[in-house]
Amino acid sequence: MVTTSVRRTRRTARAAATPQIVSYGPWRTALGQLRRNRAAMASFAIFILIVAACLLAPLYASSIAHTDPFGSNVDGTTVVDGQIVPVLTSSTTGLGLGVTPIGPTWDPAHFFLGADGQGRDVMARLLYGGRNSLLIGGSSALLCCVLAGLIGVLAGYFGGVVDGVLSRLLDVVWAFPVYLLAISLSVVLLTNGIAFGPISISAGSLWLPMLIIGIVYVPYVARPVRGQVLALKEKEFVAAAIGVGSADLRIMRRDVMPNVAPTIVVFLPLMTALAMLTESALSFLSVGVQPPQASWGTIINDGLNLLYTRPMVTIAPGIAIAVTAVVLNLFGDGIREALDPRARLRGAG
Amino acid sequence: MTLRNVTMSSRRACVAAAAIAVSALSITACSSTAPAQSGTTAGGTGQGASAAPATFQEQHKGGDLKLLAKSAGGTLDPKVNYTLQYWQLYQAMYDGLLAFKKVNGVDSFTVVPDLAESLPKVTNDGKTYTFVLRKGIKFSDGRELTVDDVTASFKRIFTVSSPTAGSFYNGIVGAPACLKAPATCDLSKGVVADKSAGTITINLLNPDPELSYKLAVPHGAILPANAPPKDAGNVPIPTTGPYMFASYDPNTALKMVRNPYFKEWSHDAQPQGYPDTITESFGLTVEAAVTAVENNQADWVFDPPPADRLQEIGTTYANQAHVNTLTAMWYLPMNVNLPPFNNLKARQAVNWAVDRNAVVKLYGGSNLAQPVCTFLPPDFPGHVDECQYTAGGGKTWSAPDLAKAKALVQESGTAGMAVGIVTQDDEVNKAIGEYLQSLLTELGYKATLKPISSNIQFTYIQNSNNKVQISLSQWYQDYPAASDFLNVLTSCASFTPGSDSSINISGYCDKGHDAKMGEALITARTDVEAANKQWAAVDQQTMADAVVAPLFTPKLIDFTSKRVGNYQFSKQFYMLVSQLWTK
Repeated sequence: MVTTSVRRTRRTARAAATPQIVSYGPWRTALGQLRRNRAAMASFAIFILIVAACLLAPLYASSIAHTDPFGSNVDGTTVVDGQIVPVLTSSTTGLGLGVTPIGPTWDPAHFFLGADGQGRDVMARLLYGGRNSLLIGGSSALLCCVLAGLIGVLAGYFGGVVDGVLSRLLDVVWAFPVYLLAISLSVVLLTNGIAFGPISISAGSLWLPMLIIGIVYVPYVARPVRGQVLALKEKEFVAAAIGVGSADLRIMRRDVMPNVAPTIVVFLPLMTALAMLTESALSFLSVGVQPPQASWGTIINDGLNLLYTRPMVTIAPGIAIAVTAVVLNLFGDGIREALDPRARLRGAG
Repeated sequence: MTLRNVTMSSRRACVAAAAIAVSALSITACSSTAPAQSGTTAGGTGQGASAAPATFQEQHKGGDLKLLAKSAGGTLDPKVNYTLQYWQLYQAMYDGLLAFKKVNGVDSFTVVPDLAESLPKVTNDGKTYTFVLRKGIKFSDGRELTVDDVTASFKRIFTVSSPTAGSFYNGIVGAPACLKAPATCDLSKGVVADKSAGTITINLLNPDPELSYKLAVPHGAILPANAPPKDAGNVPIPTTGPYMFASYDPNTALKMVRNPYFKEWSHDAQPQGYPDTITESFGLTVEAAVTAVENNQADWVFDPPPADRLQEIGTTYANQAHVNTLTAMWYLPMNVNLPPFNNLKARQAVNWAVDRNAVVKLYGGSNLAQPVCTFLPPDFPGHVDECQYTAGGGKTWSAPDLAKAKALVQESGTAGMAVGIVTQDDEVNKAIGEYLQSLLTELGYKATLKPISSNIQFTYIQNSNNKVQISLSQWYQDYPAASDFLNVLTSCASFTPGSDSSINISGYCDKGHDAKMGEALITARTDVEAANKQWAAVDQQTMADAVVAPLFTPKLIDFTSKRVGNYQFSKQFYMLVSQLWTK
């Protein structure tokens, strides 16, 4: 006869001898995978650094560079090697043609990256511009993914007329080249702004590029989401839910959305990079962020006429855009691999 | 820089607007946002023009002159085209009864007989002009020039609806009816030909002291009587000058060759040209075009050099750069009918606040522009050095007075108001716009900048329906007369509410001001000097009312290749292309 205490001791011993099997949810598993992806994590770290630097732009401008990044500073001066020098220097050689802004001093307190044609600190504008570029990129991507998710799920789940109407709408948007559509919308809206019932957005508002970019990319996300919902609809668990009489809204919320969410999450960083690039392109073409506000695209535009004399005005935001786009893409790839079981299997094999 | 970024649409719009002004006051001219003419101030070494040879230098004859332009200038029809780009070329192709002297410097403002044997005989209290046509002149197709060609050419001004038909030529008897019904235009009483005597008589409705100028611009050119009664477009019309068009493709190039029938009849009016061929090629960016000239692959760039190439041109290529002052102004029209600039103190505040030196820097530096604070440009008829808005006082502008400007804004009660600034979207205009936005914000306004396409900005700011409060604009003379600035830009007749052709952009309309300009125009018929004094007074009154804020008078850079010689700059039509030597 075995006593209770002995049985308890034996169970404890067996438990200690057997490897513990711990089961995590898919999100936590993906997070674990993501953490093990060094490239993705390094990219994420760089992205966070960029965001942090941009968020600290007011601190840099007011406490370090002591400059107004938005005010014209044509007659301003600064200190270089202890000497007071003009920020914009008129040529005194030859025929005395042209005016050249100060170049990079590599002194954070005095025009670290030089000045632009208005005599403004390029470094301060770069940081402020990054705030707008990242804000517009992130917000547009979020808006795009939310709209696309909604449209994709509705079209895929209901099918029929709903799918027909929504898909044709997506086709119409898709029929226009993205940049052509974005430029056209920008030109119209930037002239007059939006006044629609109680909603009013002024011509120079950052909301305009956010909305425009968010909308033009909706088909790029909505289509794969719709396709995935069409496939999900054929699965047994969805058929079962329908069979037991669950409401459509409940099925979409409880059964469909959780399964398409990873797709949308994968799209988010990739669309952020794409939206940021689009914003830069539009701003470069003067139909994005409007002066005196800055974005990386507007700063490149500002530097266009200084390419021969002060290329840093263009190079600095160009590097910022490139680095941010690369790290967002690497991070997005990392998320995709983490959320895709097949990728994990491929990695394991 | 947009100095030469001439658009036909803007010129046409301007003229249409001015036509209204002119018809109402029987005045004269219109100009445009485009530089159709210029002034000359040759600078130091390497700048300006060389001394003009008095006679043709046979040893320099020949060679191919290669010109570059970013894009073509539109129709070839000299009665329709209204761009500096082609007006400059027309100088060596088409002739009028009169012409501006094709020489370097101030003398180029002088009108001389061209197809007419001499200056006209003026009778009937200045209302009748009689010309004797030269004999033996042939068009480039071999046909001889006759008085019929002259009458047909004047009629054609109206049948093709020339942009200046309503402003320059509306004073000819019969012109008002022709303007209303161009297809049935009858100028038989206005332009009368006498075949046997070889004379042309022009009858005017009212005396016009500026008629000789109007007959000397390309729209007054004499063309063959069989020229098409519509815009000839890309099809060349035979010429009388030393060159004719050989081919034209607006996407690639415009080629000019010698007119085989040309024989020099007046060196002043139409000198023989030096190059055998002149080709203007289109399509290169201005950056690439400047590089081509630097490498001697081309001889001249029509478009102004980009800002980042100026220093290089001014130093490494100083001997190839020619800098000339233009009779033009860059200015800020303020809408006197809309807050905050319907308040005199607000307008005066802007005039006090604007740092003209800063704006000049944004334009390219002090050697490319001169700060001004009068309506009429320096050295222009009627201009008097006087500055009402400079710190410390003085005859010329020296510095802004921001404190006074801020005080005026406070006194006006307009502080805190929203102000929209409309500029063109090119680099220089936008840069000046950004400066203004910063300045107006500092003055206490909520300033926003609206840079819009250069193609539409000029008409957009004219239309009062667009409610433009302040804008940046430019004005270049058509011919040397104060009325070409003041009357065109500030008369009541130039303001047409709701129209894209309302060149009085400020919307300023003062009957007393109009009356003074009318008096000056009447005085000019008999005493130009006295008239100029009256114009100077009008200028000062205009500035006292702060209708606009004048910024600067621009200069022009002609960048030529190393092999080019004999650079001549006419104040009226800029560089004399046909007088360049390539060998």
